[in-house]
Amino acid sequence: MSYRKINIWDNLDWWTIALYLTMVVAGWFSIYAASYDYDRTGMLDWSGRSGKQMVWILTSLALGFLIVMIESDWYEIFAFWIYFLIMALLLLTVFVATDIKGSRSWLVFGPVSLQPAEFAKFATALAMAKAMSAYRFNLLEWRNFARILGIIFLPMMLILLQKETGSALVFLAFFLVLYREGMSGFIIFSGFCAVLYFVLSVRFGHVFWMNETPLGEYLILLFIIAVTLFLLYNDKKGRSRHSKYVLAGALGVLIISLIIAGYVHTYKLTWIALALIAALAVYAFFLFIKYLSKRYIVIMLFSFCSLGFLYSVDYVFNEILEPHQKIRIEVALGVIDDPGGAGYNVNQSKIAIGSGGLLGKGYLNGTQTKLKYVPEQDTDFIFCTIGEEKGFIGSFVVLALFFTLIIRIIFLAERQRSVFYRIYGYSVAAIIFFHLFINIGMVTGITPVIGIPLPLFSYGGSSLWSFTILLFIFLRLDASRNARL
Amino acid sequence: MNLDFDKRRRLIILFITLIVLIYIIRLFNLQVLNSDYKTWADSNAFLKKTLFPSRGVLYDRNDKLLVYNQPAHDIMVVMRETTSFDTLAFCKAINITPADFKKRISEIKNKFLNPGYSSYTPQTFMSQLENKEYGVLQESIYKFPGFYIQNRTVRKYNYRNAAHLLGYIAEADKQDIANDNYYARGDYIGKTGIEKSYESCLRGEKGVEILLRDAHGRIKGKYEDGLSDVAPVSGKDLTLSIDIDLQAYGEELMKNKLGSIIMIQPKTGEILCMVSSPAYDPSILVGRQFGSNFLELTKNPYMPLINRAINGAYPPGSTFKPAHSLIFLQENIISENTAYSCIGGFPIGGHPACHAHASPLSLTSAIANSCNAYFCWGLKALLENRKYGSRDAAMDKWRDYMVAQGFGYPLGVDLPGEKRGLIPNSQFYRKIYNDRWNALTIISIAIGQGEILLSPLQICNLAATIANRGYYYPPHIVKEIKDVALDGLYLHPRKTGIETEHYESIVKGMRSAVTGGTCRGVNISDIEVCGKTGTSENKGKDHSIFMAFAPKDDPQVAIAVLVENAGYGATYAGPIARLMILKAIKGEIPESDLGLEQRIKNTVILPNVVQKN
Repeated sequence: MSYRKINIWDNLDWWTIALYLTMVVAGWFSIYAASYDYDRTGMLDWSGRSGKQMVWILTSLALGFLIVMIESDWYEIFAFWIYFLIMALLLLTVFVATDIKGSRSWLVFGPVSLQPAEFAKFATALAMAKAMSAYRFNLLEWRNFARILGIIFLPMMLILLQKETGSALVFLAFFLVLYREGMSGFIIFSGFCAVLYFVLSVRFGHVFWMNETPLGEYLILLFIIAVTLFLLYNDKKGRSRHSKYVLAGALGVLIISLIIAGYVHTYKLTWIALALIAALAVYAFFLFIKYLSKRYIVIMLFSFCSLGFLYSVDYVFNEILEPHQKIRIEVALGVIDDPGGAGYNVNQSKIAIGSGGLLGKGYLNGTQTKLKYVPEQDTDFIFCTIGEEKGFIGSFVVLALFFTLIIRIIFLAERQRSVFYRIYGYSVAAIIFFHLFINIGMVTGITPVIGIPLPLFSYGGSSLWSFTILLFIFLRLDASRNARL
Repeated sequence: MNLDFDKRRRLIILFITLIVLIYIIRLFNLQVLNSDYKTWADSNAFLKKTLFPSRGVLYDRNDKLLVYNQPAHDIMVVMRETTSFDTLAFCKAINITPADFKKRISEIKNKFLNPGYSSYTPQTFMSQLENKEYGVLQESIYKFPGFYIQNRTVRKYNYRNAAHLLGYIAEADKQDIANDNYYARGDYIGKTGIEKSYESCLRGEKGVEILLRDAHGRIKGKYEDGLSDVAPVSGKDLTLSIDIDLQAYGEELMKNKLGSIIMIQPKTGEILCMVSSPAYDPSILVGRQFGSNFLELTKNPYMPLINRAINGAYPPGSTFKPAHSLIFLQENIISENTAYSCIGGFPIGGHPACHAHASPLSLTSAIANSCNAYFCWGLKALLENRKYGSRDAAMDKWRDYMVAQGFGYPLGVDLPGEKRGLIPNSQFYRKIYNDRWNALTIISIAIGQGEILLSPLQICNLAATIANRGYYYPPHIVKEIKDVALDGLYLHPRKTGIETEHYESIVKGMRSAVTGGTCRGVNISDIEVCGKTGTSENKGKDHSIFMAFAPKDDPQVAIAVLVENAGYGATYAGPIARLMILKAIKGEIPESDLGLEQRIKNTVILPNVVQKN
């Protein structure tokens, strides 16, 4: 392999760096506003949160500089070393960490506490990119796929052992990368269905619709019917001329059953839905006999597996899980309010954001966040301060910044010639996106409350360092994209 | 490769765009379209109001109400909400001068005096408003933005007695708040007595009410119709073992004297009365006068805030002799018939001296006449007995028996700050005498002097132990907690490890002390009283001590009386015990004793002390 001498500083993507700096500085101002106490400490008071964050920002910049100064090949050469080092650190943390608010994920060094789980992200991204860029690697071979799953699930398990569920879930973001690299979309779709079934059946498990119909179960059955019908109707080869009639018939049955339940006599609507699914399965089987196409077997399998999963979730949730685990899940999904009130907190956060209006109340003039109604308002709930004080305009700008950053990283990743560089770049984008998805969803009451920080904005050294490392390694790799001939 | 990477890339970008779009729509809906959140949050939409539970009330053993609650009103202020208003009218309404107003506001804002200050949260402007002022202010409070009235309750007392037992409540200080996050600034907490030791039962659980306000601070109703509200839980009521009439009578007898009276029901360990003199009226430590009254009490040279019954430690004097005798008997150092001679005192070293009586004396007579020499001989025989192997082993054996009888450690009474007294062991003497000591060095402990220190409660507990012939229930003041079981500590007897027959010998001695010994003045014709006098030598004039129980064969009460600097045990402590026993068992004082009662009440025994400033 030969190299071309290039000037790294000319080749760095300064657009991304500008975005990074903008977000970090905006985050710092937000942290100052969130921890601001009427006529109290100044911005650079080092005992305050904003003062400390300034220290983290300055050290992050130094860290970024250092990363850029390192030869880009080193990241590829040492990828596995870094990965196993961090895994060892995670394992160590499980045993030596002290309990801080129920989580055992903090290593304390004098005045500084670090969360190794944060650093597992870039290490896993490096290891995954390295493994997948190996010569003659094919993701579709199950042996290779299992190796990649191992690389992803090892840190997840270790972090779960530290009782940091939120940080562990972040690793699911890598599946987006795997999809880009050729993993069957069916896996993502199955995962999506599993989460959907689980959330719906638990979230609406105790809600009854029209007196007798369990809402969660019914919604899932409707979803299964919809997917089956879509697959049958979307049969491009036009083998089934009946599909139009089947679609109309199924919709007719559903509507009539609803009308009867609503106006004539209430009964368990799920029976009708189950009967419909069975009928569609029989129809698919009939088509299979007729045309001998695998496609129809897949359709049947989908409905059977869905039903199997749905009813085993119910069983596992009600019979196998311990009561306290049940309660945790129910609280996370907002089925019940815990005494501190997960629901209450989300409500507070929604009120803080909602009260911002179009233009916001003005910097440092937020009342909800100043009154400490919102929990964790300088870490996981930092977005509340922005929403309250900067209004919709501010929220929009922050979302736009993130969107631009993520799309920019994907663009940069796609222009790489090296597979290693591309996969690493996609991982960076996926991780940032997953954080954004969960964090903003949580504060606006869309996703369950899973405590993970808003990248570059939330207070915290580990988080800021980790995202800096993640991003700057990619920038360094990108800068030498043309170095290799 | 013919995989559709381009399509996949576009799908991913589409997915990300979709999510961001959904969020932007969601935010637009929350922030621009939906106005509910704005109205809720406008000028801090929520008013979290603490609902204070009513504190548990206290009854005496005959269900007489001792302490209860009365509504009181605090004025709170949220500085950020105050706008210009008619200060003069405000001051007039609550009867303060504008200068007071200014001073109070600057105190609230001063972070040194008020470390928890925030202009966003309610601060106490004035606590415990008078009823009349409350009425006036209630009508005009709407004119003073930022000011609120917070309702809470204050303690009210039906009797002017038992202040030491009941204790008082006061605003939780920094330390209290740091120790227990239940408390917030301005909350009340039990500081002494029952109020402190049963704080967790009495306080109940605070509730919270979340109210919604509009931009002008007007209450618009409850948040989510009170779904998130938490109702307060009232504190638990307590029934004390105290008989308040007996307590009041004891305090009256002790007026103008220093000391204490304790009466225990031996069968249960329940304390019937615990007088500490000087006493004070508990109702003076309530309300706005708390500060000045408390200061006055702390300045009083006779220290009325001290509960002498448990916080005092005195040499027990001769009341300690029965405790010694029991050990001698149990360890076979003496038998009931052992006699020692006494001619004017203990002959070796000529100390301690003794008064004139017949010689030699057996145990019963020695107790009845409180012969000093007898117990010195006994102690010497114990410490020099070969069976223990060494002097130190003998000393520690002696100490173990003393501890088993309830000395040397707190008895565990349910009042804060009980003193443990002092029962030395061999190590203690090795240290202070540099290992050069023998029975004669420490002979004065034989007569309850020397290093021995007991609290009056421990002396009374000794009387109860003798009354029970060998066991005691840890003395306690709370008889019953509503809906909650009493601490198991008070339900199980503790044995002294000394046999019952030995106690009978002591009972005989204490009975003859009353019928024909040192305390004939306590002899009551129809109640068989057993007693023991004591004279506690100290730096000043001797303390007069007396312990007794009655009736002899079915003991109803055990009593200890200690009058500081009143001289010989039989002169004051004895007669006071006599009146208390009469009051406790007969319910009233017979005519023949009214003269004695009058004489005691009129006696003033107050040592001269330099007034502290």
